[in-house]
Amino acid sequence: MARIVIDPVTRIEGHLRIEAEVDGHQVTDAWSSGTMFRGIELILRGRDPREAWIWAQRICGVCTTVHALASVRAVENAVGVEIPDNARLVRNIIASTQNVQDHIIHFYHLHALDWVDITDALKADPAKTSQLAQSISDWPKSSTVYFKAVQDRVKALVASGQLSLFSSGDWGNPAYRLPPEMDLLAVAHYIEALDLQREFIRIQAVLGGKNPHPQTYLVGGMATAIDGNEPEATINPERITLLNQLMKNGQTFVQQVYLPDVLAIAGFYPDWFTHGEGLGNFMAYGDYTMGSLKDPAGFFFPRGIVLGRDLSQVRPFEPKNVTEYVTRSWYEYPEGNQIGKHPSQGDTSPKYSGPKPPYEFLKTDEKYSWLKSPRYDNKPMEVGPLARALVAYASGDEQVKQLVDRTLGKLNLPTSALFSTMGRIAARVLEAEIMVGRLSGWVAQLDDNMSHGDVRIHNGDKWNPDSWPKSCQGFGFHEAPRGSLGHWVEIENKKIVNYQVVAPSTWNAGPRDGQGQRGPYEAALLGTPIADPDRPLEIMRTVHSFDPCLACAVHVVRANGRPYQGTKLGG
Amino acid sequence: MSGFDGSILETCRMRGVSRRRFMQFCAAMSTTLALPSIYAQVIASALSQKRKPVLVWLEFQDCAGNTESMLRSTHPSVEDIVLEAFSWEYHETIMAGYGKAAEAALSRVVREEKGKYLVVVEGAIPTADDGVYCTIGGRAALDIAREVCTNAAGNIAVGACAWDGGLVRSKPNPTGALGLQEAVPGLNVVNLPGCPHNPSNTAAVLVHYLTFGEMPALDPLNRPLFAYGQIIHDQCERRAHYDAGRYVQEWGDEGHRKGWCLYKMGCKGPEANFNCPTVRWNNATSWPVKAGHGCIACASPRFWDTKSPFYERLPHATGFGVDVTASEIGWTFVGGIAAATVAHGIGHAIRQRRYPEASPAAAQETSAPPEGK
Repeated sequence: MARIVIDPVTRIEGHLRIEAEVDGHQVTDAWSSGTMFRGIELILRGRDPREAWIWAQRICGVCTTVHALASVRAVENAVGVEIPDNARLVRNIIASTQNVQDHIIHFYHLHALDWVDITDALKADPAKTSQLAQSISDWPKSSTVYFKAVQDRVKALVASGQLSLFSSGDWGNPAYRLPPEMDLLAVAHYIEALDLQREFIRIQAVLGGKNPHPQTYLVGGMATAIDGNEPEATINPERITLLNQLMKNGQTFVQQVYLPDVLAIAGFYPDWFTHGEGLGNFMAYGDYTMGSLKDPAGFFFPRGIVLGRDLSQVRPFEPKNVTEYVTRSWYEYPEGNQIGKHPSQGDTSPKYSGPKPPYEFLKTDEKYSWLKSPRYDNKPMEVGPLARALVAYASGDEQVKQLVDRTLGKLNLPTSALFSTMGRIAARVLEAEIMVGRLSGWVAQLDDNMSHGDVRIHNGDKWNPDSWPKSCQGFGFHEAPRGSLGHWVEIENKKIVNYQVVAPSTWNAGPRDGQGQRGPYEAALLGTPIADPDRPLEIMRTVHSFDPCLACAVHVVRANGRPYQGTKLGG
Repeated sequence: MSGFDGSILETCRMRGVSRRRFMQFCAAMSTTLALPSIYAQVIASALSQKRKPVLVWLEFQDCAGNTESMLRSTHPSVEDIVLEAFSWEYHETIMAGYGKAAEAALSRVVREEKGKYLVVVEGAIPTADDGVYCTIGGRAALDIAREVCTNAAGNIAVGACAWDGGLVRSKPNPTGALGLQEAVPGLNVVNLPGCPHNPSNTAAVLVHYLTFGEMPALDPLNRPLFAYGQIIHDQCERRAHYDAGRYVQEWGDEGHRKGWCLYKMGCKGPEANFNCPTVRWNNATSWPVKAGHGCIACASPRFWDTKSPFYERLPHATGFGVDVTASEIGWTFVGGIAAATVAHGIGHAIRQRRYPEASPAAAQETSAPPEGK
């Protein structure tokens, strides 16, 4: 039995450490630890709730915008304001652009190098690569000359002896199994995806001024003035044309590059549809609506819970059943550390009890992470694209069912193959395909409203804080690229007095709870095969399949023993 | 690979990029840097060197927003900077290696490239409680920064957090977070604040370094003058509306739809230095004020504590507009000209490492921020 440590887990957002016991060539136990803490919720106390989104957005710059959205919704929920349709559409467009962009970057720039050996691409025959490319897609960049040029570029990089980002890669690891032609194809698309993400995200620059950290949300709507007759309005006919063009390019890339690449690579790693299974419990708050956020029945992503891999039924989600444990996290509850508490009661204080740095191993039998352990009805839950796909599938969503069944059919796999490392990757690309397709509809509706003279973008009824109740509370949520995100806010005398965030990666990357139940990463790593324990690439594969975002995951409300009045919230 | 010399120019040729296009890029860079056009040739020859300088990118208490921003770099593209202009050997968010191999890559650079490599730092550095609020590979962030940054040829702090602690350091600063230059005093640091940094400016600084072997001229806060020498308000496309007294009064009103001035909605442009309005973001697509929301002065000192509340109008700018006094306009105007003159003087840009006196522009923006701790 050997203890192995991966720290830093790279190609993620934030600071994650995995410790694992390996017996022979298999993982027998695992611990997931977040090793960075900032205390943003504490910093939010005493601020103007109308600008909470500007601060909360900085929780993460990879999943930028998602915390801004959840935050502005939480404050709107608290002060009781509905936003105009145009604002809802603009938010849907920004959020779905984020979803697609994030999934593309995750696959090519964060995850692909777990499956693709770049140096192996040097052995590829460009002509055969061209044939392979043309056999899986109509994407025009597929000539022998093109792949030869990409290969020459890799050769030049290797010949220079300065491999840059790739100098530390795990090249030659026996776990890599793609033929050289597939490796070369993937390298070409790694580079093309860098260009694509940069172009596609201009949608957020149009509607948010910049990305990362777009800057046009407002409590009550958006700052993106809309007027078909005004050349200086943020949204006008010329800008709609630009949005349509950017969207179209993104959609073509997802359909002709991202989707075929995932299917092709998955075909060479069929056993990874049986590894990394995890908990079997899945949760989605649901999101994307043309109606009110209060009516989950109108959500494009349905809300619900799937338990124990049982796709025959979807259980209802009740926000009151969310609790968080700190039993194995570097925090304390005044009532004792064995209990779980609702996020709105979030009365926690950081108390590090791990080894003093520099250290070799964490005390994994005690507290070992800056992440708390969220639970639903005392059960650990996986969130993210796979959870959303399964909740939609089990809810009978026709589009999702068709796409999932078509994909499984192509790969000749049963539905149970979804509960796996590769299942998460497949769910993510299918979601990107759905979202990028939906995007054009929202832009068309915005265009339609504009043409009919509807220029409402902000509801100013509650802009003046004098119009608010003396004290109020709100819950804001969003289905972010990595899963269900919740913000809880409490306002008193026009100021924030309590703020809590439970992020998707808190659900997925959290440590054990009061009952000793493992978090989703930890559970998914059990049984992972390891060809070479000195180079545990297989652990990276399963951890990356969740798309970790650790800056999001760590949060707290009280620091350094300062008094803090936690109060109860609904929601 | 016969005849390949490994330089960017050669690589461009191999990829079908003509010498003409390469020279256009060099000319664009010299414009961003406010250098005379003859320097395009100097930049071109610097980019044709064989051995690439080594760069490591460290992330501490960060959100990776500056990393993401770098990925959006357009001229030059991120792949040209990261793969071909530099040997970018450590960067947690995007590097191939993980765990021990990643740690080994960093220690190799410190050992073998001592005094020659560049460091980019993203995120604040926690100094409270033995540094337990950010560890990487079991080591405290401060410990890593001290070793890696003090052995470097130069350090670039990108984003507000690495500059002055940013949001992480805001009241009550639970983790004792500081920016790089305060956490590790005595370093040679260039600050590229913003939330996030604008990759056009960072690319220009990197190209300047490749070309001249040193950093561009800096203001008293160690920010490059070419990017932070002017007030946003003076470069703003809505400025004419301000001068004419045409303001947005309510979100979505006629003035908002006509692109009028956002000053009354809390815009901090009159107190903020940055070239945001001219370089813009995401391939020059837009910037926050163009998109309809006020500036939050994200490149100003301790902006989270000094510029919030973001929706409250700037008190001391009240009364500007149609009835602005000549002396008020003149003061700002002279400040802008002074900064621009220095930035355009190539002798200053290369020889003078520090702007000799605080410019009126920088002075106006710099108010002593309250300590967050």
